[in-house]
Amino acid sequence: MKKQQKQLIRIGVAGAGFLALKLIPMIGGFELAGWWELGLYLALYALIGWDILWKAVRNITRGQIFDENLLMSVATVGALCLGDYAEAVAVMLFYQVGEWFQSAAVNKSRRSIASLMDIRPDYANVERDGQLTQVDPEEVSVGESIVVKPGERIPLDGRVVSGSSTLDTSALTGESMPREVHDGEEVISGCINLTGLITVQVEKPYGESTVAKILDLVENSSSKKARAENFITKFARYYTPAVVIAAVLLAVVPPLFLPGFPFGEWVTRALTFLVISCPCALVISIPLSFFGGIGGASKQGVLVKGSNYLEALADTEIVVFDKTGTLTKGNFAVSRIESRLSSDQELLELAAYAERYSSHPISQSIQQAFGGQVDASRLGGVEEIAGHGVKAVVDKKTVLAGNRKLMEREGIAYEDPHEAGTVVHVAVDGRYAGFILIEDQVKEDAARAIQELKRAHVKQTVMLTGDNDATGQKVAKALGLTRAYTGLLPAGKVEKMEELLAQKSPRGKLAFVGDGINDAPVLARADIGIAMGGLGSDAAIEAADVVIMTDEPSKISDVMRISRKTLRIVRQNIVFALAVKAVVLILGALGLANMWAAVFADVGVSVIAILNAMRALRAK
Amino acid sequence: MKKTYKLQDLDCANCAAKIENALNSLEGMTKATVSFMTQRLTIEAPDDQFDQVFKQTKKTIRKVEPDVEILA
Repeated sequence: MKKQQKQLIRIGVAGAGFLALKLIPMIGGFELAGWWELGLYLALYALIGWDILWKAVRNITRGQIFDENLLMSVATVGALCLGDYAEAVAVMLFYQVGEWFQSAAVNKSRRSIASLMDIRPDYANVERDGQLTQVDPEEVSVGESIVVKPGERIPLDGRVVSGSSTLDTSALTGESMPREVHDGEEVISGCINLTGLITVQVEKPYGESTVAKILDLVENSSSKKARAENFITKFARYYTPAVVIAAVLLAVVPPLFLPGFPFGEWVTRALTFLVISCPCALVISIPLSFFGGIGGASKQGVLVKGSNYLEALADTEIVVFDKTGTLTKGNFAVSRIESRLSSDQELLELAAYAERYSSHPISQSIQQAFGGQVDASRLGGVEEIAGHGVKAVVDKKTVLAGNRKLMEREGIAYEDPHEAGTVVHVAVDGRYAGFILIEDQVKEDAARAIQELKRAHVKQTVMLTGDNDATGQKVAKALGLTRAYTGLLPAGKVEKMEELLAQKSPRGKLAFVGDGINDAPVLARADIGIAMGGLGSDAAIEAADVVIMTDEPSKISDVMRISRKTLRIVRQNIVFALAVKAVVLILGALGLANMWAAVFADVGVSVIAILNAMRALRAK
Repeated sequence: MKKTYKLQDLDCANCAAKIENALNSLEGMTKATVSFMTQRLTIEAPDDQFDQVFKQTKKTIRKVEPDVEILA
């Protein structure tokens, strides 16, 4: 900041001097003697341009020929030699103003991206020897207890041992609803404690905590470069030498064939070429756009591990979903009850009693649907029949609860609902009493997620699942997926993935969305591996290219939108910068553009491109 | 081995690109990336050559952009 202020003062002084030198003789109606004029302009030139000249000299001794500083020096010293003192000073001044704006814009964007990722905790309050001490989070070891007061950021991952509070997780998930935590629950570093005082037992060292992982990931994301970035780097390598060679030819060749023109005229035109020869606008604004896009995505709770992935997302043609945990919640719930008893609740109650001692997820969901407490005195003997169900005595009645096979074994006629999901049949004293249908629940935003993907011109949305066909197809139909492959073993998923990869167009990309737990090989095989519910899951953060911190599949279309907006900005910048430069080059060669236009084509375009790039950060 | 260093006074994006190009042509360098946005340099080289490569890296940066400094 200090450096910038100094530079601003320098520009101000030189600018005022320049105006004075131009205006005073005009107002006073006199002309400066030639030597005075030269001396004063040279002094101003030295004030505003000394560092550029010095860098140019220094770099040329190091064999750096195509250097911005050198080119500016040659261009302005050339103007001085031709007697255009005012022009030399003005161009240098204008250039410095442009550079100043450019560095201010870059600094500002750097800061706003940094603040977005400002989730690094500064300290931790550790309980040591009965006293609270403030230490660096890195110095806290696993097993120690830390106290987090309201308003403070949770410094390390751990478990609440006392107190309860609400947490603001928005820095990690983009989710604005605060989350409640109580005794015994896990908390993740980076969240802000809003209301109560909590004591947390640390479970991971800082280096392995969620915050450290996310920061590391985002900071390294710019090392994986996008195609557009590589293109620009390559382009820059040829652009500068080409323009410089063109400038030399322009100065030398036309005077040989067009004798009418003065030699100086062609040199002036060549000098304007030199000013435009830096590819700065492109070299700065393209990575900045991608960085902004990645920053904008992380604000929404989506971590993108590299510019290349952000770029690839825009070309997504096929999105393949895992079912459980991705499109569905992965927790089972009672969806339908068909009772021959007096009420549905009665059937549910009997089933809940019979399944009282089972820890199977199916039984858990029945207990949950029942909601009441099981009175153990009403329950007699319970016999578990492996692979079939249970036989229990409830209120001195024999209750059977289990699958079809149990009913067949006991010779009870039952009703088959022919529906997807798991069916628990219940019989009382040898008579069929009805069934309970249990299904995995589809996530609230799953259908919207698929619709939005279709609207974003994704050609196929496919689901892969290990579940049976009825269940899988039902979910696929409800959500409007293009296709579903069911009953797949892990190896089968990879095989289907290969088939789908062969179906896409050469430029198109295939994204796989999973929960990162059992699908590492498929995540790796896809062009873009997207893991859901990354918050707190190390496996997902490791294996995927894109991590969605929340459980919402609708974030996929959000990040695709950010990706496309970023690429649009990148394209705008490339076209804009190249077009302005090309126009000024042509006009310059024809003698229609002066050095001012050239400086605008250099730094002016850079500043505009940077400002445009910053829009990527605000992508919604 | 892969290590990341912070760079100071990396003021222009083109300079970052130039440093990156120069470093990638160093002998023994597996991969070097210079991020202008995060002002970070990442170098990757075989373990047994790393010190040598790092020394060359410092030298190269001094040559290409004398204003830029590596903060270890």
